[in-house]
Amino acid sequence: MDKFHSLKGIAAPLPIVNIDTDMIIPKQFLKTIKRTGLGVSLFYEMRYDNNGNLIKDFVLNTSPFDQSKILVAGDNFGCGSSREHAPWSLKDFGIRSVISTSFADIFYNNCFQNGILPIVVSPENLDQLMTAAKNQIEFTIDLPEQIIKAGNHSINFEIEEFRKERLLQGLDDIGITLGYQDKINAYEEDKKNKKPWLFKKN
Amino acid sequence: MSNQGPKTLFDKIWSEHLVGQREDGTNLLYIDRHLVHEVTSPQAFEGLKLSNRPVHRPEATIAVADHNVPTINRQNIEDPQSKIQVETLAKNTKEHGIQYFDLMDQRQGIVHIIGPEQGITQPGMTIVCGDSHTSTHGAFGALAFGIGTSEVEHVLATQTIVQNPAKNMRISVNGELPFGVNSKDLILYIIGKIGTAGGTGHVIEYAGSSIMGLSMEGRMTICNMSIEAGARAGLISPDQTTFSYIKGRPYAPGTEHWDQAVEYWSSLPSDNDANYDHEIVIDSSEIDPMVTWGTSPEDVVSVKGTVPNPSSAKTENKKKSIERSLEYMGLKPGTKITDIKLDKIFIGSCTNGRIEDLRKVASIVKDKKIASHVQAMIVPGSGLVKKQAEEEGIDIILKDAGFEWREAGCSMCLGMNPDQLKPGERCASTSNRNFEGRQGRGGRTHLMSPELAAASAITGNISDIRDFT
Repeated sequence: MDKFHSLKGIAAPLPIVNIDTDMIIPKQFLKTIKRTGLGVSLFYEMRYDNNGNLIKDFVLNTSPFDQSKILVAGDNFGCGSSREHAPWSLKDFGIRSVISTSFADIFYNNCFQNGILPIVVSPENLDQLMTAAKNQIEFTIDLPEQIIKAGNHSINFEIEEFRKERLLQGLDDIGITLGYQDKINAYEEDKKNKKPWLFKKN
Repeated sequence: MSNQGPKTLFDKIWSEHLVGQREDGTNLLYIDRHLVHEVTSPQAFEGLKLSNRPVHRPEATIAVADHNVPTINRQNIEDPQSKIQVETLAKNTKEHGIQYFDLMDQRQGIVHIIGPEQGITQPGMTIVCGDSHTSTHGAFGALAFGIGTSEVEHVLATQTIVQNPAKNMRISVNGELPFGVNSKDLILYIIGKIGTAGGTGHVIEYAGSSIMGLSMEGRMTICNMSIEAGARAGLISPDQTTFSYIKGRPYAPGTEHWDQAVEYWSSLPSDNDANYDHEIVIDSSEIDPMVTWGTSPEDVVSVKGTVPNPSSAKTENKKKSIERSLEYMGLKPGTKITDIKLDKIFIGSCTNGRIEDLRKVASIVKDKKIASHVQAMIVPGSGLVKKQAEEEGIDIILKDAGFEWREAGCSMCLGMNPDQLKPGERCASTSNRNFEGRQGRGGRTHLMSPELAAASAITGNISDIRDFT
């Protein structure tokens, strides 16, 4: 997995609440069997008209936001479907961090599997960062220090330690768990005796 | 969470599945059953291949194609991409020795319908699937939640998931349900009350006499939409209704283990004095048949109500959100819900595509005709639901009324197959999401119960089942 240490760049403001994963990447793009190539379809219905032409005033279609690495969005970002295509499309577009007041659980998890940092801030801080983003002020996100800097604002954020380490080191989660293979096998042996119906072959 | 003291249903399942703690402080949770479909699994199987990892326990996984499949002309999937995805699932499951119900198998259907139908879903289990509506299986007292594709790969490779415990929330609904009010109204009402982020970080346990009085089908509808309230999982205590439903199904415990299983299942309900991080109590007499007016499942109102006015919003954000929804939905504030004219009716999905739902619809539309301006389709949740309905003559009643009778699949709940709304079309839908573009670009979705959708099909407007004769 890609590492995440720090990030500097313009942030795109998207002041809409409850942005769901259908909005982030609509269904017609879930037919792929690859993880890559979804960036052009990110926010498809807000970005393109019925004929597939760019909608000029949508923020990610305007300069300099078309180069954004950061997204600042309204409450409850990423709600709805579990599709990991949502973080895949964000990442393929170039977004490596999303800032909001809250994230849906499954989307939040999926971000960390893909080297994307979702950051939770207070409503007041979100307002400040939204304004800074609109004013095209450069953001700096420092994961080791857990700080977002934008103009005069310096905002600390919380992150669970294991998630932070995984991003900083770009760890392979499955590889780590396979180190506990013996424990998994022992668990299964124990349950085969205690709950045999769970191991019945059909 | 302590090991001593009273425990919730969630606490019990959690501690029973804890394999251990990793050095990074995270917990490894054992997964009893893994359900796989064609859309969120190809990249996971590809990942296994690239790192040359086997599937740890192939017999714990069951696969089915549901999202992409056509509901007419099953032999040939016209969309080349959908076709590749379905073929890829067949190939991957064969390669790894995973049970796969193919499109011609009568057991094929929506993954969350067939799990319970086959007896795969059982109390006390941990169940995951790369699909957010995995919460459905919580109706059996199983801890079941949706995961992303990277986690699907993790479960395939290790039969575990990296997880930290959720918080406990209990929503109790008490009293006899008023006439015309059923499980769909109940869950829409709950979502309207706590909001789409109300359950974030929590597992919601549904309790109280209204909930425990529901059939398994009704309980599944409730747990199914837990994710629309932000909770990854919903739970309902297993009881005699649960055990009776499971007994004798193909994957259920056989006679040699039945008593032992029931004894264990009976130990699962939350202890009387268990602690919840959050408690909500609802009197069911306050609930009406419910309909969504906007583009989030929390945008819900009584069928007797009106489209809200943005100026009544408590915050500026909420006001903007209502304005955006109304513009998308093509609705004016103050419009009576029952004055909203429909173009399409969709009955089906993992929320309301079970035999009980089809029976209700049939009883309402029997000897009637759908309104001349609406197109109505009914998509059974599985091949076996379809077969049973046909044996009961339900298909004839529905077709006589003007409904299209389709093959099983997710269909227009998300419109990945050809069943979609056209821009501006308005649909009464028994599915779970009314997001912008969900049922087709520009499509307008009103979520409601099968009873309301059936009544609305006949009148052509959103209708209150209580006024319907």
